Amino acid sequence: MTVHRDTRAAPAGSAPSSATPAVAHPVDPHAPRLVYARPEVLVDRSTHYCPGCGHGVVHRLLAEVLTELYLPAHTIAVAPVGCAVFAYDYLSVDFVEAPHGRAPAVATGIRRVRPEAFVLTYQGDGDLAAIGTAEIVHAAARGENITAIFVNNGIYGMTGGQMAPTTLVGQKTTSSPSGREAASMGYPIRITEMLAQLEGVGYAARGSVADAGQIGKLKAMIKRACQIQLAHGGFALVEALSNCPVGWGMTPRESLEHLRGPVAQAYPLGVIVDRLAAPPKDTFAETCPAPAHPEA
Amino acid sequence: MTAPHAAHAANAGRHSDREAARRSRVLMKGNEAIAEAAIQAGCDAYFGYPITPQAELLEWMARRMPELGRAFVQAESELGAINMALGAAATGARVMVSSSSPGISLMAEGMSYMAGSGTPMVLVNIMRAGPGLGSIGPSQSDYFQATKGHGHGDYRVPVLAPASISEAMELMATAFELAERYRTPVMVVADGIMGQAMEPVELKFRCPERRTFDWVLTGAAGRPARIVRSIDLQPELLEKRNLDLQHKYAEIARREVRWSGYLLDDAEYVLVAYGTAARVARSAVDKARAKGVKVGLFRPITLWPFPSRELARLAGRTHGMLTVELSSGQMVEDVRLAVEGRCPIAFHGRMGGLVPTPDEVLGALKALRGKVERTRHAHAAKEGGEK
Repeated sequence: MTVHRDTRAAPAGSAPSSATPAVAHPVDPHAPRLVYARPEVLVDRSTHYCPGCGHGVVHRLLAEVLTELYLPAHTIAVAPVGCAVFAYDYLSVDFVEAPHGRAPAVATGIRRVRPEAFVLTYQGDGDLAAIGTAEIVHAAARGENITAIFVNNGIYGMTGGQMAPTTLVGQKTTSSPSGREAASMGYPIRITEMLAQLEGVGYAARGSVADAGQIGKLKAMIKRACQIQLAHGGFALVEALSNCPVGWGMTPRESLEHLRGPVAQAYPLGVIVDRLAAPPKDTFAETCPAPAHPEA
Repeated sequence: MTAPHAAHAANAGRHSDREAARRSRVLMKGNEAIAEAAIQAGCDAYFGYPITPQAELLEWMARRMPELGRAFVQAESELGAINMALGAAATGARVMVSSSSPGISLMAEGMSYMAGSGTPMVLVNIMRAGPGLGSIGPSQSDYFQATKGHGHGDYRVPVLAPASISEAMELMATAFELAERYRTPVMVVADGIMGQAMEPVELKFRCPERRTFDWVLTGAAGRPARIVRSIDLQPELLEKRNLDLQHKYAEIARREVRWSGYLLDDAEYVLVAYGTAARVARSAVDKARAKGVKVGLFRPITLWPFPSRELARLAGRTHGMLTVELSSGQMVEDVRLAVEGRCPIAFHGRMGGLVPTPDEVLGALKALRGKVERTRHAHAAKEGGEK
């Protein structure tokens, strides 16, 4: 099986927008150009997610990236326990469902017997940063060549809004009714920074679904994390800060403001490590020995 | 490991047949023999975590699997190992994990998910003594765990219990066969002695035929996407999933019962035991026979499905049965359920890593015989008195 690695645009005129399948169309300068459509891999159905929830945005971005990289037919994805347990209802790729927190181990098993497959995990913060810490840390430490999407909304959504390890200090949840108190309930865990320390990690970044600008950046991160796998660059993780209006007791608009404000302050956005990125030029010149036989 | 020599003897006479058989026998440790048998049975991937007394199994796999270009991962925990197995098995690979009692407890979660999603896998438990951390001595105290449930939910898994290293090797192929035929995890249980002892074994292996599966995950190229899962939030759908499972278990119970008998034809008393306990019991049978006591041995090979019908039939013409286990008496509950009062049932067991001696078993048998005979005399006297 060949996995397409070429991420450049398809033939001229086919406008490699996120939505357009990669087939050549006859060029007609006057025809209306399709700039936004549902990627085929994203299933056309009503959502089970709550109004305003960020999961749908992340699903959509994943669908776009998989399509752009020609990956849907080669993907084996691992669904988590939590709100995103039904990820397979929205993305029409092969899926296996993992026990709570174990998605990175399940993905390891797939990776080791299916070297040609594109292996993807999708986990929430309760799943990845609490019950599944051992699995995520060791998959990262082994440098398993998989792509992990980590949606962090700071709460256990599906079980009714309990405190997660990522819950902000002071944040009220159903299991921290007076707000998370650091003295007895500890501090939020910045797992992406922790994992970025490991040599097996090829890419670690944190984005957000707070607004259109952030969503665009998040998509670039997800795409990069997928490309890292295709380049056999080791473990790639993208943390997507997301909102949970129902669990946070906010309107969707308030929750996005909260996401832009206190949440992004506690969890700084950006690429933390990209080991496949080309080094800056001057560093390269310093560390590269001069060629033995310089051309005349 | 050297290749089997048996092929040289193909057209030779009797003597050289024997000679070839002798030469093809090698001394192997149980753990290593089980590992090699799994490899020869076509195991594509092994995931494990170190624990005594099964560590040599992991070590054998660590050396052999990469040599053959197959998958080996030493996981971060037994939880990691069983879930790696789940992932690999979901893609159609022939997968095995192994551990010992405390590790099996951790694997219970994955077993439940694999049973629920119909994912084949072979799990070897080299049992040690519990509860808790217990000790590394041999034990059969995980019988309940193996046969009555490990993880949550209404499910069963076939459980195979070898009583020798050769049999363990043969049962590894059977285990993969059952796992794939019925889309279920299969357990092979052996105690620490079986794992640690060395026995001469013939290097005869069997590799079950590969099936083609229409449910495995390979990437949805040219077909609709597939999902391997155990979740069904709609009660009606989940009930149907459960009914399908129960239907499968009924078929396994009907078709896959395995057991072995020793001197049962004229036996007045029957010892019931599996694994290492069955070997002790067999020695006790020989000793009793030498004294003229008509004793036989009934040895379940499948602990689930339990050979209940066969045992019940036997109970009808038996004065009494003695169950011998390295536990406080777990399988004896299934013996009682099978026999349904047709004959008296006694139990003898040791715990904590201790193994009963044949003489101990004979002592327990003597006590059972005394009790049975006293009862018979009493009945006879009562009937005589009534006349």
